Amino acid sequence: MLGVVGTVPDLAVPLIHGPVRLVDGHLDLTGHRIPINRGTPALLAAALKAHESIQGPDIHAFLVGDIGKGEGSRRLYRFLEQHLTEHRFDVLTFHYLQPDVDWHNKVMFAIEAMRRRPILIADAGFMYAAKMSGQAPAYDIFTPDVGELAFLADETAPHPFYTRGFILHETNKVPDLIQRACHHGNAARCLLVKGAVDYIVVRDRIVATVDQPSVEAMEAIGGTGDTVTGLLTVLCGAGLAPADAAVFAARANRWAGHHANPTPATQVGALIDKIPLALAAAGAGGRVV
Amino acid sequence: MFGSLRKKKPQSSPRDKAGAVDRGILVFENTSEVIQAEKALKKAGWAIRVMGPPPEIQTGCDLVIEFPLIEELNIVRELRQAHVPPLSVVPVTAPLLAPVDLFQTKDYGDYLMVRAANMKITIAKKDQRIVNISGGGCPDVPYLAWQMVGKTLAEAPRPRDLGHTLCGYALDLAFEEICRKC
Repeated sequence: MLGVVGTVPDLAVPLIHGPVRLVDGHLDLTGHRIPINRGTPALLAAALKAHESIQGPDIHAFLVGDIGKGEGSRRLYRFLEQHLTEHRFDVLTFHYLQPDVDWHNKVMFAIEAMRRRPILIADAGFMYAAKMSGQAPAYDIFTPDVGELAFLADETAPHPFYTRGFILHETNKVPDLIQRACHHGNAARCLLVKGAVDYIVVRDRIVATVDQPSVEAMEAIGGTGDTVTGLLTVLCGAGLAPADAAVFAARANRWAGHHANPTPATQVGALIDKIPLALAAAGAGGRVV
Repeated sequence: MFGSLRKKKPQSSPRDKAGAVDRGILVFENTSEVIQAEKALKKAGWAIRVMGPPPEIQTGCDLVIEFPLIEELNIVRELRQAHVPPLSVVPVTAPLLAPVDLFQTKDYGDYLMVRAANMKITIAKKDQRIVNISGGGCPDVPYLAWQMVGKTLAEAPRPRDLGHTLCGYALDLAFEEICRKC
């Protein structure tokens, strides 16, 4: 089983969890119908599309409504602290959650108490909290974009909002930022750095780069980072090692963009529809073991 | 009556030459309250700055307001009247983290994208319609995108009015920057 934890930008969505399905372009979770146009729902939609092509484990989602005040996130953190040990996951992915170090640490204690430790992936707000907690190396994979990599590289910044200018100026020097993030212990064991060139890093070593196909408009499209994290989750669940899964996910995400032929105004749903084609193009169609 | 005088008040360093603290920070329950307090204080003409909190009170997604300590009583009174009283007032004893002030712009021909920190906003040049919002990791980002995408810069709500987090605040900076460029 794969676990995905995140939020939905709708306060009417209570804390819900269970097996999630993609029905008529919406998520179906415990009878709630949730649009997939951005955030954690986009991650889940990409993962479910990939799941149609790759016969991997099913996906169990934990979602709650939160529009930034953090109340939903804290309810979800509390729930995970109390109930995570009742679940078994091969991969557990954390996504859009209000960054909160104290709650992050409580969730980490719950993960350590699980019978079998899953592959841990952190993206978005939970990655911010993981970095600030000083426990980044406990994670298997982080998926920062270049701006977020600069934040990981800045040992003083508690949030990307405070990344110092002299480090932000270095965003054209991704390998230097990777070294700096690793040196300060602010990187997971594997990084998938999303950008014009995607970098796959194991510990402090760049093991692969992916730059084709190149679809410039993707940077502007909200949710393209979420889809790559969804693909990564499914590929890890299918048994690929984190670095191999990261290379496949980066390639497939680019192919989804290529097949959608987007402009900067395209919405991410158009790319999600192309994921089965993209996986085939990236060489990951069928069973991956 | 004193508003114009306040506006002219120069910003000074956290410590004067004698080493005495002359700046303080206002600490709030959450980022939404900081944004409301900033609006109220700036509207009243106070010389304040939104900054990052010192490490001992950081939780991960927070802002504080730096202000001239000598004005504490007046500023706290103003905030009470605005219904956003601070949780506490603390003298500044060490340099505070400054928000990002570096913007990156990408011209796609028919579209223009501006990035501030981890947030990006893209508009169609022909009608200044917001076509995409990307980046960020706090839960108000998908909500802000939902509220803003499809509207023109003139029609769209300001991220600082709807946002609650540092990502929302960063998006507001990107929004201001793209408005300046149009």
